[in-house]
Amino acid sequence: MKHRTFFWFILPTLSAMILFIALPIVSVFVQSLFVAHEQVLVVSESCGPFGCTPTTSVDLEATEKLREEAPLGRFNGLGTYFNRSHLAIAEIGEAWASSDSLGAFWSQIYNLPFYNALIFTLTYTFVVTPAVLVLGLAIAVGVNNLPRALKGPSIFVSLLPFLVTPLVGSLILFWMVDGDGVIGATIQKIFNDPSLSLKASTALTWIMLIVYGIWHTLPFSFITFYAGLQTVPDDTLEAAQIDGASKWQTMIHVVVPHLMPLVSFVTLMLIMDNLRVFEPIVSFSAEAHARSLSWVIFNDLRESGNPLYASAGATSLLTIIIVIFLMMPVLVRTWRDFTRKSH
Amino acid sequence: MATKAQSRMTPLKLFSYTFVALWLIIAAFPFFWTFWGSFKVQADFLSKADWRNALYGANTIAQTGSAFTAEAYRGAWIDEEFWFNFKNTGIVVFFTVVISLTFGTLGGYALARSGFRYAFWILMAALVFRAMPHITLVSGYLLPFFEWNVWGILPTTIIVLVAINQPFTLWMLHSFFKNIPKDMDESAMVDGCTRFQAFRYVIVPVMWPGVITTGLFSFLLAYNDFTVAAMLLSEENETIIPAINSFMGTTQVEGKVMYAVAAVVSTVAPLFVLILFFQRQIVSGLTAGAVKG
Repeated sequence: MKHRTFFWFILPTLSAMILFIALPIVSVFVQSLFVAHEQVLVVSESCGPFGCTPTTSVDLEATEKLREEAPLGRFNGLGTYFNRSHLAIAEIGEAWASSDSLGAFWSQIYNLPFYNALIFTLTYTFVVTPAVLVLGLAIAVGVNNLPRALKGPSIFVSLLPFLVTPLVGSLILFWMVDGDGVIGATIQKIFNDPSLSLKASTALTWIMLIVYGIWHTLPFSFITFYAGLQTVPDDTLEAAQIDGASKWQTMIHVVVPHLMPLVSFVTLMLIMDNLRVFEPIVSFSAEAHARSLSWVIFNDLRESGNPLYASAGATSLLTIIIVIFLMMPVLVRTWRDFTRKSH
Repeated sequence: MATKAQSRMTPLKLFSYTFVALWLIIAAFPFFWTFWGSFKVQADFLSKADWRNALYGANTIAQTGSAFTAEAYRGAWIDEEFWFNFKNTGIVVFFTVVISLTFGTLGGYALARSGFRYAFWILMAALVFRAMPHITLVSGYLLPFFEWNVWGILPTTIIVLVAINQPFTLWMLHSFFKNIPKDMDESAMVDGCTRFQAFRYVIVPVMWPGVITTGLFSFLLAYNDFTVAAMLLSEENETIIPAINSFMGTTQVEGKVMYAVAAVVSTVAPLFVLILFFQRQIVSGLTAGAVKG
């Protein structure tokens, strides 16, 4: 295809992506460099019979004018990135110097908002992803062994949790595990503790969110692996059987290696989706115990009346860097595949 | 051909059947439970005393005289004007799907037929864009949109959703067009067609299966979107998912949780129908990127 024709074909999609994905990243970066204006203070002296006392008051007009002139705020450089709510370099140094054990240091780090969100996001991603891979494969093998008539319906039933949006899906589960809901009330009865609530403790909240995450993404890995199982060559399976391999050995030595390319594809998709975990925290109202990076950004932007654009921008950019860093192995591999193909 | 040895019940097989059955129950039960419960009153749906109330509706009978009541649906759709949010979602979904598919087919076709290095870089960039959490982009939109006075209206949200959807659409249609033999459009060009004519008269007639599959996923993205719509739409233009979220805030206080339950069931119902009709396409779309690598 000629360069010229290529250009016209790609123009609409490329301009959409540049205008609404690439430029916003620049805009995020720019706004993270500024912080909101301080209020303009005027010091006036009120003189009475007992001498003059200076009083400070906010000059609303001047503040408004300043905001009007420079809506971004005043330039702050990379200051926002290093403050307490983000990378918190100074606080970490202090914590390292003051804490006498690793545990104490760790708990101080955990109390810093950015690291707190990062720890939850990474824990969620790296618990849900492997669990979903293993369980998805197990279900795919199970469904593959089912009689033909049952395969379609089981795929149908499995698709729902995946296609329903996280906000709605987690609400449905929330009503069940809530203190008054069917599962929540039953658990309270079993442990005979009416105050027991999944929302009350950090550990239970994390478990609840992770269970939700597995429930939501399992269908994706299951269906991909199921499709992959259809392509396992019968000859190889038969050969393994003739050589005396048990079902289990066939599984580990024939089927799993055959599915390996799929495993890396599913892992990539799962990591991308799990890193943006956000809606379940809103639905479960779990923010007291679990905050993800996306939730922190959302919260900054929702800060009523006075959105913290700089803070949201800094967190967004750090998140993007983390996402790209985690995707690096895949990007490098795709790049190698491409250069190998083109030579 | 299933031989006798293959169809014999082994412990391993029994275990795998149980496992699948367990998963199917876990997958389906919450939906069934919520659907059933949406026709009850709150005292039954969230019954601390006895979970069987939600099945038989003891309080529902006491309050309304019948075991089923559509009160929650009436409240959500008429009192809370949920139909209005549905209308907004309809507009957003329709235009997002149509525009994304138009942009995506053109771009995906170009990428599939161009062997130049920059085509590869565009695909790589799209992959990185696909990985970015949507909220990180939204925080970049707000200030400029306020400045240009385009915040809060449906067209802005539509165009943003189209853009966010492009990376995925491009990858999917790119791998789809790669499977259409090059000879088809090239022979048309030998016969004197321009590239665009070849696309229009040779490729367009055969591309519909791939376009429908991609369209289903664009539909899901636009229909299910919470992040973009919640941040970019004003209250009078709210779509269903942010509306459910604001329901939760207001109705919980007033004891109208059932309104939110009815809204949730109304939101899931179209998806249920969608899977019913398009299961095959959805499955092939989920695995499209994977099987071809």
